[in-house]
Amino acid sequence: MTAAASKSRPILPSGWEMVVGLEVHCELRTQTKLFCSCKNIFGDEPNTNICPVCLGLPGSLPVLNSHAVELAMLVGFALHCEIRPSIFHRKNYFYPDMPKDYQITQYDEPINVNGYLELSDGTRVRIERAHLEEDTGKTIHVGELGASGRIHQAQWSCVDYNRAGVPLLEIVSMPDIRSALQARAYVSELRGILLATNSSDAKMEEGSLRVDANVSVRRVRDQDESSADGELGTRCEIKNLNSLRSLVRAIDYEATRQVALLESAQEVVSQTRHWIEDEGKTLSLRSKEEAFDYRYFPEPDLLPLAPGLDWQKEVVSDLPPMPQERRDALANLVKEALGDDASLKDQVALLVELGLDTLATEAISSGADPRIVINRLSNEAPADHQAACRLDPKNFTALVVMEKNEQLTPTQAKAVLVEMLKSEDEPLKIAQRLGFETLGDQDLSAVVLQVVAEHQVEWSRYVQGEQQIAQFLVGQVMKLTKGRADGAKVVRELNKLGASENIEK
Amino acid sequence: MANNEANHNKHIISSDDVVHVAALARLELSEDEVELFTSQLGVVLDYATVISAVDTTDVTPCSHPLPLQNVLRADEPKPGLNRQDVLAQAPLVEDGRFRVPPILGGVP
Amino acid sequence: MGARALAGRIRSGEVSALEVIDNCLAEISKRDSTIHAFVHVAYEKAREEAKEIDAKIAAGEDPGVLAGVPVALKDNLCTKAAPTTCSSKILENWVPPYDATVVTKLKAAGAVIVGKTNMDEFAMGSSTEHSAFGPTLNPRDTSRVPGGSSGGSASAVADGMVTLALGSDTGGSIRQPASFCGVVGIKPTYGSVSRYGLVAFASSLDQIGPLAGNVDDATMLLEVVSGWDPLDSTSLQRPSFILDSVSREGVKGIKVGILNELVDLVDNEVATQVRKAADLLDSEGAAVEDVSMTSIGWGIPAYYLIASAEASSNLSRYDGVRYGLRVEGANATLMNSFTRAKGFGAEVKRRIMLGTYALSAGYYDAYYAKAQKIRTLIIQDFQRVYERFDALLAPTTPSVAFLLGEKLTDPLAMYLSDICTVPSSLAGHPAMNIPFGTASGGLPVGIQIMAPALGEASMLKVAKTLEQASQGGFQ
Repeated sequence: MTAAASKSRPILPSGWEMVVGLEVHCELRTQTKLFCSCKNIFGDEPNTNICPVCLGLPGSLPVLNSHAVELAMLVGFALHCEIRPSIFHRKNYFYPDMPKDYQITQYDEPINVNGYLELSDGTRVRIERAHLEEDTGKTIHVGELGASGRIHQAQWSCVDYNRAGVPLLEIVSMPDIRSALQARAYVSELRGILLATNSSDAKMEEGSLRVDANVSVRRVRDQDESSADGELGTRCEIKNLNSLRSLVRAIDYEATRQVALLESAQEVVSQTRHWIEDEGKTLSLRSKEEAFDYRYFPEPDLLPLAPGLDWQKEVVSDLPPMPQERRDALANLVKEALGDDASLKDQVALLVELGLDTLATEAISSGADPRIVINRLSNEAPADHQAACRLDPKNFTALVVMEKNEQLTPTQAKAVLVEMLKSEDEPLKIAQRLGFETLGDQDLSAVVLQVVAEHQVEWSRYVQGEQQIAQFLVGQVMKLTKGRADGAKVVRELNKLGASENIEK
Repeated sequence: MANNEANHNKHIISSDDVVHVAALARLELSEDEVELFTSQLGVVLDYATVISAVDTTDVTPCSHPLPLQNVLRADEPKPGLNRQDVLAQAPLVEDGRFRVPPILGGVP
Repeated sequence: MGARALAGRIRSGEVSALEVIDNCLAEISKRDSTIHAFVHVAYEKAREEAKEIDAKIAAGEDPGVLAGVPVALKDNLCTKAAPTTCSSKILENWVPPYDATVVTKLKAAGAVIVGKTNMDEFAMGSSTEHSAFGPTLNPRDTSRVPGGSSGGSASAVADGMVTLALGSDTGGSIRQPASFCGVVGIKPTYGSVSRYGLVAFASSLDQIGPLAGNVDDATMLLEVVSGWDPLDSTSLQRPSFILDSVSREGVKGIKVGILNELVDLVDNEVATQVRKAADLLDSEGAAVEDVSMTSIGWGIPAYYLIASAEASSNLSRYDGVRYGLRVEGANATLMNSFTRAKGFGAEVKRRIMLGTYALSAGYYDAYYAKAQKIRTLIIQDFQRVYERFDALLAPTTPSVAFLLGEKLTDPLAMYLSDICTVPSSLAGHPAMNIPFGTASGGLPVGIQIMAPALGEASMLKVAKTLEQASQGGFQ
């Protein structure tokens, strides 16, 4: 999404604004589940990581995973939350994917409260709470599904409990978000924080990051954009958002739906709605008569959690720099060398998102050209950014220096970098292996002369000032040198030749 | 006074309440059971008025008889149960999973 | 013969474990057709285990302090080898894939598990009449109930079928049947015995404890099963009890309070025995004094609301999906509802309904939260009393064993029979029953001894003193 597009995109009719709060569930990256010693791992054969506890067998009892608590505190610190003494509650409801038919979660005394997350445009979204809870199992629905794969059309369902009991951190924002794109920015930034703290894989496609959106709309009172203390409209909770794209589409759809209802003098009913991606709309799936009453009460099998200050200090000392801080640091470094250049902002943000900012900083600090560093890392590295994160900074710096010194052409440098992601060899060795040893200036002149001789018609058009034909001539040189020539040098050589010919005339 | 007492149980829990609670607890009750439970639970809840009169202002609720806190375990994996053993106890199984009739109402 | 002596004879080779177990199994098969203390007898498995003990002894290995001693387990304790039904249709065919921690400890101590005993379904009841598999009879008078919910364990010990048994006590489920059957039963301090593998009724109240023919045996079994368990968060991080020699120290200087409210409430013949016990303790050098606790009367409503609320949640898992009974339905909701309607008995349903109601929107504060606050007040009342006393004396039950069917149709009357035992349960304190004399019809009367958290030593000193006096003919 470009910066221009995110600025204003009127979705709602004038006079209306949307109010959005997000509930983000992220699976914490622990070795074991929240309350038992089963492996916390994605993608294993169904029902292979289960024990009496996560299967809810009679007589089993939960014991809290200390590392899950540490990760919860770490994210809490990163979100500027207060860490509080907390207790666990039982949330009672029947569902086949929940082995005990209650979920152990934190209710009115959560571990993290009152934080905020700052978006890259400076907007602060307040965090109400970030609490620990256990994940459910996974249900697959079998039978004749509609095009949308809707649950109530299934003939039966099958449950896998590998995921049951995996630690979740539920991060609940205040309703401070005013557009779908801001919601998207919030989730991206939160994802960056989860990755930076190494607390979650945060993969929406694997379900380790799940987003529910609470959407309501209201009339704007005056010309001022929003009135933060204004009353909120009736909200709907939107579930089943499996990608950032779904998030944006669903919020826009839902807000538009609500405005349409209100403008035609109907009411918004408070309900849970599912985003149906194929149909591009939200639907209420719950039957009306279904009773709702979670009967929360303190979990008697677990004791209160009150992390002492020493433990909190130990955890906070592990807190790495957050994405915003890292973007600022890299942007400053680049700015010193290149001055203000707005076009670099997105690339800097991308490098931070991919975790390549440390490599960039090291390379630039050891004298590599900042623009080449940024270009190579944001263009070639994303293809395999995990390998890129493992690049030896010395090797990467050497590559950039070679490109800067014109020992390698940009095309060659790209090819060498692709190879460096596969092997740990030095760039010089790879360049030699690929036959990229530098093309001497005399060799280049000879090839240029040869091309000019073979393409007299094109050459005379070029000499007469038809600049576009240069591309063809450079292409011919590249062909003969198998890409070893530096495009810029070829143009210089052509100009030199052309100038001497004009003088002769 | 006597009239009030006679009506007291009816006010404490109605047969509609019993039907609602049975739905929450997923218990299919016959009409006879609804009637029986309405009267029996009424008697028991009526007895609970013994404590409703007690002044509990500023009293902290006790959910635990023990004054312990921070009971934690290390994040170290241990072997779990064998899948075959577990599935052997299940009423209905399909492809290594527990099979259930279709679920109404979607995800809560 | 006591458990220690029996284990001693087995270890020295005077008698083989197999002979002991064969005798025990023969007694069970002879007597249990009348009493119905057992829902499962491990005829083959018990003999195998006995042979293993004998082999260990032959090989000169330590077979454990309970080598070859037959033990019965209440059927809410998970056993890997045997079905664990909680006397419920919903778990009729369930065989747990794991052993409860107490079972692991018993096996390590060389005990032989001879069977699983009958109980009120999911431990909800005070008569063992609420078993899906039929009631257990009181061996002292088969027209009467053995008490409950650990009625099977109490009658198996009382009838001499086993030396030792484990039960569980949530609001009196060890003490009350021990009293009705005339045996010793201990509910230890909450957290001193691991609950891992005990099928939960009310998690903040449940505690496993021993039933035995005498104080020494009960103490020995308590020592074996107690101690910290990392699998139970509510387990106290302390070693196993060492109480055997302490219990013989007598009561000189021990301060014992007689709980007026309870003595005044119970049948005369029971109250008379409590007064006699008080006199005896006084003559043995204890400082005995009457004491009053205004909160005692609040115990029953607080207990039934809290226990039922926790139970309603604990029993949700019996939904027909993963184990146990399933009754098919057109969708998951109906399947759950049909399964639970068929699988649970009337008393279990009643408690689930009560607990669900107490937790439901609009009633939470009036019932569940209120009961939890009352629980705090009861604990504070006990604290006040235990500033002056080391132990309290009270009746265990309002009457001797009642007749089969007597209270079956009146739930409140049944609930009120727990009035003496629920206060200690709510406080998490230890309490026990010691048989002390008989009522006019020859039925045993039980005295309840209570103590503050981890006050098992003073409790057992009082018990041992009363037991010696009973055996010496003082009554």
